[in-house]
Amino acid sequence: MREIAYEDIVKAVKNMVIHTATNLPEDAMKKLQEAHEKEKSPVAKKVLEQLLENAEIARTEKRPLCQDTGLAVYFVKVGQDVKITGGLLKDAINEGTEQGYIEGYLRASTCDCFTRENLKEKIGYNLPAVIHIDLVEGDKIEIEYAAKGGGSENVSRARVLAPAQGREGVIDFVKDVISEAGPNPCPPIIVGVGIGGTFEKAAISSKYALFREAGQPNPDPDVAEFEKELLFELNKLGIGAMGMGGTETVLAVHVEKNPCHIASLPVSVNVQCHSSRHSHITL
Amino acid sequence: MSQVHYLTTPLSDEDVENLKAGDIVYLSGTIFTARDAAHKRLVDLIENKEELPFQLDGAVIYFVGPTPPKPGDPIGSAGPTTSYRMDSYSPTLIKHGLKGMIGKGKRNQDVKEACKKYKAVYFGATGGAGALLGKLIKEAKVIAYEELGPEAIRMLRVENFPVTVINDAYGNDLYEEGRKQYEVKD
Repeated sequence: MREIAYEDIVKAVKNMVIHTATNLPEDAMKKLQEAHEKEKSPVAKKVLEQLLENAEIARTEKRPLCQDTGLAVYFVKVGQDVKITGGLLKDAINEGTEQGYIEGYLRASTCDCFTRENLKEKIGYNLPAVIHIDLVEGDKIEIEYAAKGGGSENVSRARVLAPAQGREGVIDFVKDVISEAGPNPCPPIIVGVGIGGTFEKAAISSKYALFREAGQPNPDPDVAEFEKELLFELNKLGIGAMGMGGTETVLAVHVEKNPCHIASLPVSVNVQCHSSRHSHITL
Repeated sequence: MSQVHYLTTPLSDEDVENLKAGDIVYLSGTIFTARDAAHKRLVDLIENKEELPFQLDGAVIYFVGPTPPKPGDPIGSAGPTTSYRMDSYSPTLIKHGLKGMIGKGKRNQDVKEACKKYKAVYFGATGGAGALLGKLIKEAKVIAYEELGPEAIRMLRVENFPVTVINDAYGNDLYEEGRKQYEVKD
């Protein structure tokens, strides 16, 4: 068994949280630049210009890209030959998250669902993080992280379609969700689509789809083709950057497809704003 | 054609009448921040005929919950939050003198009607440009509801703060018009 110390996880997570808040990853940056080149609307082009300038200011002056520094979402792959010493994995990730959000001057955005009271005193600064853990082979821990803003989560939707609705039904549902969302999720967006599995499997797949490098196609050529088709359809909506009208609404569509029950066709759409703040580390 | 305006707050009826959906405005002067919780309190004060923490006449409210400032900075990152959450409160504030709102995302019919009836505008700022917009805020001071943290009411002094007119006082909506222009029908 390879041993990994609790404190090392805390430190690595903290550094990742601070870095991600101010550094737009290369893949998102590249997609924004491409959109800026292709955009036909002068108003939307100006918005994209501001976003590129914003990323530059954030990086050089270490200011958060967006005031919504998100809820911390993690997908963690733990090698089964790893032993964590000195504490629990979830506690280490939460502790690193809290330290990162405090030391990076990021916003504490978790609150009680009904009273809306901020939970920074009761539970911890921007805690709890949302943590998905999977056990895999090997002796390493891989931690994938996203700072997920509220605006794009608010327009995300899941539905279980009838099997007869099929491929076309999925396209219609995704189009409806993005059309209805309009300017609200801060376009240009990345769209994660989870198809199949059970209700929750579809939802988690749609979230995990957003952790892929922007524009990286699904390894299954049929699914990759479906991604292209969806991207083309969604950009016909004309929503444009910040909803002011334009040709570049969606930067990428990522689809994750799972086998499903003979009676069901679950589909989930999770939206990522243009500030696609994600990062990963391997320990 | 979209026009560019340079305006200083407070805004007059005439300022508002000159603005059309799609126009770009560089705002300077004092603006106030408020999100859901602060809006609820302001509307409660109006209903109880109590004094507000700031002068609503001609005022501009910015829907924002900034990040904490670093030492030496007036404010952290400060881009707009999604505006529909303020839809149930905005018409009351507009009726009592509010002239401008800055946010992002769609407003409901009641807000658009109030903008027409009482001459007010809804501006869009670029969501997710928090670092850039935060830099244009030169001073920030909490003036009410400090206990609300990021949702407290702050008085901000801004210089050439870039916004776009989404809903003007004539019932136009840039989100609808802009999209129509670029939508590809099958």
